[in-house]
Amino acid sequence: MSTTLPERERVDDKPTPTPRPINKTFTGVDAIFAQGARAVGATVLIITGGVGLFLGYQGYPTLQRYGWSFFTEREWNPEADVIGIAAVLLGTIVIATVAMTMAFPLALLTALYISEYAPPRLKPTLVSIVDLMAAVPSVVYGLWGALLIMEYASQFALFVDRTLGWIPIFDVVGGNPDAPAPTISRYSFSAFCAAIAVAMMVTPMACAVMRQVFSQTPPGEKEAALALGATRWGMIRSVVLPFGRGGIIGGSMLGLGRALGETIAVVLILSTTFEFKVRPFELGGNSVSALIANRFAEADGNQLSALLAAGFVLFLITLVINTLAAMVVNRSRSGAGTDA
Amino acid sequence: MTTVHPDSGAPEVTLGKHVAAPTGPTVPGGLEAAKPATAAAPGDAKALYLDEAPTTITTPKLTHRPVLDPDAAPAVRRASLGKPTPEERLLAAGTWVASVATAWLLTQRLLPLPGVAWFVIVTFLCGLSFTVVITLLTGTRVEVVDRLAQVVVTGGALTLGVALFSTVAFVAVKGYEPVLNLNFLGSDMGGVGPQDPFDRGGIRHAILGSLIQVGIAIVITLPLGIGTAVFMTEVGGRFARIVRTVVEAMTALPSVVAGLFIYTVWIVTLGQPRSGFAASLAISVMMLPIIARAADVVLRVVPGGLREASLALGASRWRTVWHVVLPTARPGLATALILGVARGIGETSPVLLTSGAAQFTVLNPFGTSMNSLPLFVYSNVRSGDPTAIQRAYGAAFVLLVIVLVFFVIARLLARPPGSSTRKRKSR
Repeated sequence: MSTTLPERERVDDKPTPTPRPINKTFTGVDAIFAQGARAVGATVLIITGGVGLFLGYQGYPTLQRYGWSFFTEREWNPEADVIGIAAVLLGTIVIATVAMTMAFPLALLTALYISEYAPPRLKPTLVSIVDLMAAVPSVVYGLWGALLIMEYASQFALFVDRTLGWIPIFDVVGGNPDAPAPTISRYSFSAFCAAIAVAMMVTPMACAVMRQVFSQTPPGEKEAALALGATRWGMIRSVVLPFGRGGIIGGSMLGLGRALGETIAVVLILSTTFEFKVRPFELGGNSVSALIANRFAEADGNQLSALLAAGFVLFLITLVINTLAAMVVNRSRSGAGTDA
Repeated sequence: MTTVHPDSGAPEVTLGKHVAAPTGPTVPGGLEAAKPATAAAPGDAKALYLDEAPTTITTPKLTHRPVLDPDAAPAVRRASLGKPTPEERLLAAGTWVASVATAWLLTQRLLPLPGVAWFVIVTFLCGLSFTVVITLLTGTRVEVVDRLAQVVVTGGALTLGVALFSTVAFVAVKGYEPVLNLNFLGSDMGGVGPQDPFDRGGIRHAILGSLIQVGIAIVITLPLGIGTAVFMTEVGGRFARIVRTVVEAMTALPSVVAGLFIYTVWIVTLGQPRSGFAASLAISVMMLPIIARAADVVLRVVPGGLREASLALGASRWRTVWHVVLPTARPGLATALILGVARGIGETSPVLLTSGAAQFTVLNPFGTSMNSLPLFVYSNVRSGDPTAIQRAYGAAFVLLVIVLVFFVIARLLARPPGSSTRKRKSR
């Protein structure tokens, strides 16, 4: 015996039902809203994109005029028509590197402390304090670095030169560290002093990103590690740090991007030279942003367009670093839930 | 609390025969036969598969409440696994007392290492080594590493805390003297020399200039920034993805380059004078991507269910955005805006390139140069005169207080409504 489906009578005068067409386009007020929003988006695109395009466009004649030597020439001497950014670019990188060697461990340790060690009642306060640190104006850190820290920093630089001076990087030319009265001025106003102030600015930013990622560690995995007998540090090493690796790298790179572009603290502290050197403890140095801040007023024509080109190079470097940071944070497992 | 069960007569259900699956010929009445068992123990699903009736079912007659036994031993407090024991606490305290004493001996008596900095460093190093030794007395290598990690992590956090505290305290201590004079906030530097005493001149022009410049920047960036965020999240499409990419890229723009851009376009190319408005434009160029991106993140975390509920009730897209999405995200948007403002009011380099520095109060943002707080601090420090530098400290202190006020407002707004002590949602 078999079952049969009931035969449906065909009624030919009724058309077969078709799904209602769904129209996704905006109608009425919504159309105005969508077009208005699109117009705002286009405006912002023109403004922000325009800045980037303008900088590139303005830098073009400089590159045409000076060619490749723009990147290899050390002097910035518009009177003699010799312009290059090798020295300032190297100075920028030295300051940012020294700042990051100080900022990275501090940010990582502070983020670990806040997310794993701090008493739970203190935690919101500590988070607020770190965020507040990020909002402190850079000129304040510049004051702090120039007028309070400089003295200690130059003593430290003297100590480093005395003990590690045989390594070329730590050497200070003309410092005379073993003399009874060393020339302390050779140790002040250095890239190292500027980097301390920059590190203070960068640390809270990197710390905030790292802490946020650490706080997203799945509690189940942390409890599993503890239940298997791990100590607190064992739990951090086997669960929190691997989970937060993306945040650690991304946060530090965001900080590095900020450190490269920092101006005022560097201008206030560093004494300007155009030497091509990697000796952070020695007097003098330069950076692209400091160059712009010092030279814009007297600039005209060629020099202004060269400054714009230098600014564009700086912007490209920070852009690449920020993009890499965003990619690292988004790719890693820890970035999965950061922004929906 | 010690409780005693007077009668340990748990419901005793003896089941005759467990049959995992009906293997034999199925008895048609099997289901009916199992009914009494299901009534007695409804949780036992296996009863359904019984092909025989259960043999005995014993249930307790009465329920007894637990009785407190006065003769029982006193309750033992539950051990807290997370907190250190008194012994551990004593050891930690002893370690640090010993290291402070040793550091004093080393730095002040034995080695030529004067100064507070060396004392702190040596104390920390002594603390590390003593921790290792004391932990090794009772524990293993694993515990040593754990303790060391704790000391190092706490030390790192303390370093940062001390650095921040020293920054704030340094500016406050150096800058309180000019601020104590009322005229420091109430008058400007018009006709006042840099070496005049603090009862003459003030920073009214810089405060007003900063507020006017940032106010104009807010008027420019707020609608554009939030409008872009709404476009990116609520309208979407390929064009929105392009906008998002460009906006995210432009957050990398160094502030000095933003200033240089406005300087080149507005002042050099268009021939406009340096003015407060030019400074506002520079601040806007810097703030716009920051605010748009932060607002975008805030709008993206608005739950999609809220939007769908509103649309399902028949609201248009526009009404959904205006009455559901934006009100939900209001605290987050306020935080994004205020943090952007705090950043904008403190940036010196765009202002340095574009505004010029007037010594008297200027309320008109167009046409004439105008001072602002960060610029005032910068130029007075650069002047090198001791009195001027102290005025700069005072202005930096005022700037710090303004940023702090903005920050506290942002925190209060970001707090979820109706909860004052609940842990804030971390963003």
